[in-house]
Amino acid sequence: MPGVNAGSNGSGDGAAAPVRSGHHPGSRSRRPRYSALRLLRHGLTQEDWPVTWRAQPMRKHYDVVIVGGGVHGLAAAYYLASNHGIRNVAVLDKSYIGSGGSGRNTAILRSNYLTPEGIRFYDRSVKLYEHLAADLNFNVMFSQRGHLTLAHSDSSLRTMHWRAEVNKLQGVDSEVIGPDEVKRLVPYMDTSTNTRYPILGALYHPPGGIIRHDAVVWGYARAADALGVHIHQDTEVTGIDVSGGRVTGVRTSRGTISAPVVLNCTAGWSTLISQMAGVAMPIQTFPLQAAVTEPVRPFLDTVVVSGSLHVYVSQTDRGELVFGGSVDPFASYSTRGTLDFVEELAGHVLELMPALSKMRVLRQWAGLCDMTPDFSPIMGRTPVEGFQVDVGWGTYGFKSGPVSGEAMAECIATCRTPEIISAFGLDRFAAGELVGEKGAAAVGH
Amino acid sequence: MMIVPCPWCGPRNVSEFRFAGETRVRPDPDTATPEQWRRYLYVHSNPAGWTRESWYHGAGCRRYFSVERHTTSHEIRTVGADQ
Repeated sequence: MPGVNAGSNGSGDGAAAPVRSGHHPGSRSRRPRYSALRLLRHGLTQEDWPVTWRAQPMRKHYDVVIVGGGVHGLAAAYYLASNHGIRNVAVLDKSYIGSGGSGRNTAILRSNYLTPEGIRFYDRSVKLYEHLAADLNFNVMFSQRGHLTLAHSDSSLRTMHWRAEVNKLQGVDSEVIGPDEVKRLVPYMDTSTNTRYPILGALYHPPGGIIRHDAVVWGYARAADALGVHIHQDTEVTGIDVSGGRVTGVRTSRGTISAPVVLNCTAGWSTLISQMAGVAMPIQTFPLQAAVTEPVRPFLDTVVVSGSLHVYVSQTDRGELVFGGSVDPFASYSTRGTLDFVEELAGHVLELMPALSKMRVLRQWAGLCDMTPDFSPIMGRTPVEGFQVDVGWGTYGFKSGPVSGEAMAECIATCRTPEIISAFGLDRFAAGELVGEKGAAAVGH
Repeated sequence: MMIVPCPWCGPRNVSEFRFAGETRVRPDPDTATPEQWRRYLYVHSNPAGWTRESWYHGAGCRRYFSVERHTTSHEIRTVGADQ
């Protein structure tokens, strides 16, 4: 990925200083587009690629301050600038952009959820992802290779049929297939009946797939920066100022910013950021671990998920197998890996694909998941005027980045909650109108 | 790996236990408003630091107890039995 690291490397030290911004003054017009021709020219001339986004000096006032520089925060900033012309926007991150959930997820995209509200929402996100590379002029490497959710019991097969029918009603390509078809799609899968958890069928979702998650973050950052959005890395929010029930600004490790609108786009820390504004959240934070193996020859064309075995696996373009599981069994803000996780994971993976017994795990890591009671996010306005949230993303935040950004930008620009997120408001817990996605949101909850 | 101090069985591996969530005070059923019940059901303080929570020793004495635990370092200390 040529040139993409220029911006993030540049701001690692000297937090208050604008880094490299002198290189390309007023570069909106001078910013060249990426193309095959430019790639060829840079390959021949070996000249440096231009910076991808700039570290700007911090202003005293922004129209919108977005807390959290992940895919959600950057997408919201990009759509605020591109769809609504609101360009005096700052995105703050306490580390580097994409350092939280956006860089720790397993990069799976799908829309085969359970509730009509959820399916419509995630399907819009898949549609936006399909055109994202062209929209952002950045190769996000979206590979729609198909997504299989295995059923090992009558009850899970029944849930798969339920999901398939609700999906079809919403126009999402989804169907239940038998073990023979599973074997045809994944020849290495053990579909015999003499295993502990025989495969009875699967929910097959052809539009699902994987994407390069860092590229999505970098693409949004580059496009937002080109429209005038300021991205402030290494800038930690330490407080949110509220006066007379209205948000007035944020206090950061680099000074105070006044702003009439503050959007909380954090994951892991969303309860703590909301508490700074005096908003209590129905969220518990759990780590979710993942692991990656050494690269091997391509053999796995689809994403495979097994809820009963608490595991999902896909093969990256580099040939590594990426595994994820269920969230850790107790609430925590720790991102350390545990031996329990890899042991359990390895056992379950070998039940599905015994041929992988010689594979070696390269590394494991963890990200923080903000779990809500109904496994749906919390989006939109809060009792504090001007303080909006896009949080509670549990284990499904990355796949919804574009649609969340689009919807939150509209919510901020028009002061009305868009229909597509109207079911996900914070007030649904008081009203008793939960959007139960537990059966389709992730594995093993 | 985390070792959980069970007040009855002593220190045991975390895999023997089930996490039962933050210790919260149950509202009085005779006087609580629906709003108080919803807060009790859904809202968590979810701190990044010390918190008081309930655990269940499913693979041991099968009793509930409270501990104080640090949610970033996983340090853990006993506070006593719930009942």
